[in-house]
Amino acid sequence: MSASIEMPVVKDLFGKDGLAKGHDANHPIYLDYSATTPVDPRVAAKMIPFITEDFGNPASRSHPYGWTAEKAVENAREEVAKLVNADPREIVWTSGATESNNLAIKGAANFYSGKGKHILTITTEHKAVIDVVRELERQGFEATYLDPEPNGLVDLAKFKAAIRPDTVLASVMLVNNEIGVIQDITAIGNICRENNVIFHVDAAQATGKMKIDLETLPVDLMSFSAHKTYGPKGVGALYVRRKPRIRIEAQMHGGGHERGMRSGTLATHQIVGMGEAFRIAREEMELENARIRRLRDKLLHGLQSIEEVYVNGDLDHRVPHNLNISFNYVEGESLIMAVKGIAVSSGSACTSASLEPSYVLRALGRSDELAHSSIRFSIGRFTTEDDVDYTIELMKSKIGKLRELSPLWEMFMDGVDLSKVQWAAH
Amino acid sequence: MESVYLDHNATTALDSQVLEAMLPWMHTQSGNPTSRHSYGRASRDAVEHARTQVADACGAYPSQVVFTASGTEANNFAVKGLALAKAHTLGGIELNSGLQILSSAIEHPCVSRPALAMQSLGFMPRAIAVNQHGLVDLVKLQEQLVKSTALVSAMLANNETGVIQDLAKIAELARAHGAFVHTDAVQALGKISLNFADLNVHAMTISSHKIHGPQGAAALILDKRIDIQPLLHGGGQEKGLRSGTENVAAIIGFGLACELAVKRLKDFASHTATLRDQFEQGLKVLDVTIFGSQANRLPNTSFFAIHSIEGETLVMALDRKGYAVASGSACSSDSTEPSHVLLAMGVDADTARGAVRVSFGPHNTTEQVAEFLKVLKTEIARLRQLTAIAA
Amino acid sequence: MAYSDKVLDHYENPRNVGSLDKNDPNVGTGMVGAPACGDVMKLMIKVNDSGIIEDAKFKTYGCGSAIASSSLVTEWLKGKTIDEAYAIKNSAIAEELALPPVKIHCSVLAEDAIKAAVADIKAKQLAKETV
Repeated sequence: MSASIEMPVVKDLFGKDGLAKGHDANHPIYLDYSATTPVDPRVAAKMIPFITEDFGNPASRSHPYGWTAEKAVENAREEVAKLVNADPREIVWTSGATESNNLAIKGAANFYSGKGKHILTITTEHKAVIDVVRELERQGFEATYLDPEPNGLVDLAKFKAAIRPDTVLASVMLVNNEIGVIQDITAIGNICRENNVIFHVDAAQATGKMKIDLETLPVDLMSFSAHKTYGPKGVGALYVRRKPRIRIEAQMHGGGHERGMRSGTLATHQIVGMGEAFRIAREEMELENARIRRLRDKLLHGLQSIEEVYVNGDLDHRVPHNLNISFNYVEGESLIMAVKGIAVSSGSACTSASLEPSYVLRALGRSDELAHSSIRFSIGRFTTEDDVDYTIELMKSKIGKLRELSPLWEMFMDGVDLSKVQWAAH
Repeated sequence: MESVYLDHNATTALDSQVLEAMLPWMHTQSGNPTSRHSYGRASRDAVEHARTQVADACGAYPSQVVFTASGTEANNFAVKGLALAKAHTLGGIELNSGLQILSSAIEHPCVSRPALAMQSLGFMPRAIAVNQHGLVDLVKLQEQLVKSTALVSAMLANNETGVIQDLAKIAELARAHGAFVHTDAVQALGKISLNFADLNVHAMTISSHKIHGPQGAAALILDKRIDIQPLLHGGGQEKGLRSGTENVAAIIGFGLACELAVKRLKDFASHTATLRDQFEQGLKVLDVTIFGSQANRLPNTSFFAIHSIEGETLVMALDRKGYAVASGSACSSDSTEPSHVLLAMGVDADTARGAVRVSFGPHNTTEQVAEFLKVLKTEIARLRQLTAIAA
Repeated sequence: MAYSDKVLDHYENPRNVGSLDKNDPNVGTGMVGAPACGDVMKLMIKVNDSGIIEDAKFKTYGCGSAIASSSLVTEWLKGKTIDEAYAIKNSAIAEELALPPVKIHCSVLAEDAIKAAVADIKAKQLAKETV
């Protein structure tokens, strides 16, 4: 049992020759599991029959092709529900967490807008929450974007104080995509309940990384993604509580699939993949996370031997998969270039095309310099101890090299207080 | 029992070549296209290659292709987005309450329902009538266009009857009145030649799983000069028009399926037309009505009703004999309501309840059609006997 | 981001990394950019009595293109007069390194660094003459 978790037999996982060991820039060691995970081979194996033999539109009720697809879809729904201890009838399929977040927030805000038009969220939410709330602002809603504390966690008193009589919806993510911190959604949810506020939680980064029990959690709506949990891209789900019943306005209209909450032909093989991915997560999570925690601790320990490094986000309230570190006096993009042997992210994948420092780190009060020099290492199912050893050595040597190049490091070593320097704006 | 699949307008089996192209992206190649490392860049390059393939298949530029997760999503995006964009160019929604959204009476619900939903924002959704052949009544459309109209949406080829609209003409009328034009071309792609520029529409929906591509990928081909709001907000993928991590494997499959569909278009058209004609020739001896047969139709589609037999009953009976056909569009086959397409064409409800759709694909054979005709005749006779006993 | 081979070459093997004695009257220092913007370039040039740049050194905090831009200009500067150095345009740097549009600012920063270093040496020379 543990052997299969310890070292899954995965050939050709990333590249032609299996897990390359980072000596080839085209096949670096993958430490970007928070951006997306490889599809688990067991998931792929389960999916493939559904795109070859069992094709069929699950809404076609008139022939067996359709029936097989429908049964598979319902089995998958049960698996998704089981991972988070929900009723399968509370799971609505979507094309991914972005759509789940759009559906939950717009859907609930619009449905309950008679009650009030204020939305409360956190500045460190994913863009798929922030931008949806911004869109609702354009449509006449008001919003409060609460800053978390410097450790990334929401201060409960501040959260409570930000609730207004007309607050209709709050959205707080369970696990942050950049820094991996876990919000206390039980306490936040209880505050929402006391104030009669609908509570949405983006759990895209949480499934398989921590226990989620929706029977006890005071959460009304929760978004899930398959491709962050070793499932395929292009599928996700939204949990919509039945007791007490939460209503949402559909955002995608059409054939009335998913009990009218979400229309559109379901991609059967992808749903099957998500179900299998969540089944594996449920069964293997405990052992897997213990292993990943050991690797993360090793990586942390190794990197902390470098001077002037700062861990971003609380280390205790955090999933073991994530390590976000700022390397002071080194610029982030050159850092990414320097570490070609590993595939990591500077900030969230969705913002890495822009040159802006991570808005999440800035919300924690990190200086722009530290935000610029941050790297997110995210560890996953197929990360090995060798990968971590290699990464530590690589980081030590490359940080050393870049600091040799850095005028800021030179000034720091000379004892110059950089905060007092007058920089020429450009 | 080997089933014979005659429901290609509902969905199609994945082409083996397409599957082959997708497989690496379903397990080994897993980068997020937004990531900047080599895995991410490989995914990004593959998505962009697929974008070119899709564009080439429908006479569009790659920059005009916005990938979505389904045809339903693309249609929702087009209908809501274009209507709002037009309202904004006219000075805002409030000022323009009563702005029309015209969609043909035979649209798929994923066009007509979002149009209805826009009512809450002050738009007036209206249906455009079709004639008994299933063609948009251009005279009535002209009359309706007198009132200010944000959007005209008409499907290029109907999923049930296969009837093909004169879209360029519809677009000309709509544009003359300052309206945006959208067409749902999901059923047309791969069955007839398709050219976005020639159709002269502002937006066009196409989908992967109807052309032997995978489910989970579709596209809205869009005139990018329009300042349109996205349906899904978030990470800003697809140049901000469709947020959400790209479904890389499905998009790659869609791209290749498009390329293959264009290559095979001539063969598909002649092959399925032969089967369809053979089938309808055989139908003649039965007491049937064939819908839309007087109009220009998709080569593979036959939509007919056997008098005094429920379509749903016949479909189930044929299914037991190993033939997969449909009684209407898959999305509405939950309900026993007669086809809204047929009602719009003026077909009476009783006849419409008898409707059965057969849609052929490239792998169907003349032998299958001959055998199917035999089975169909037997089943009809059996069902008629049952009905007679019941009566 | 795809970098050109020349950017990669300078980034992997930066030329003339280091510092000169900033108190040397023949050394001009240009420090431009700001940590908050993600780029700081420090360029030092040593000018002989004939006004020829004998040596140039740099340190750069910034992306690969910024590092390459400053490394490249240290190569170009050696042997030039300070007036010739002053005339170096960012477009030439951008062209040589095939910088993409989003990275043009790196070449601008390198040009600014040259101008700042030249201004510094001129100020020092002026101070010398005044004394």
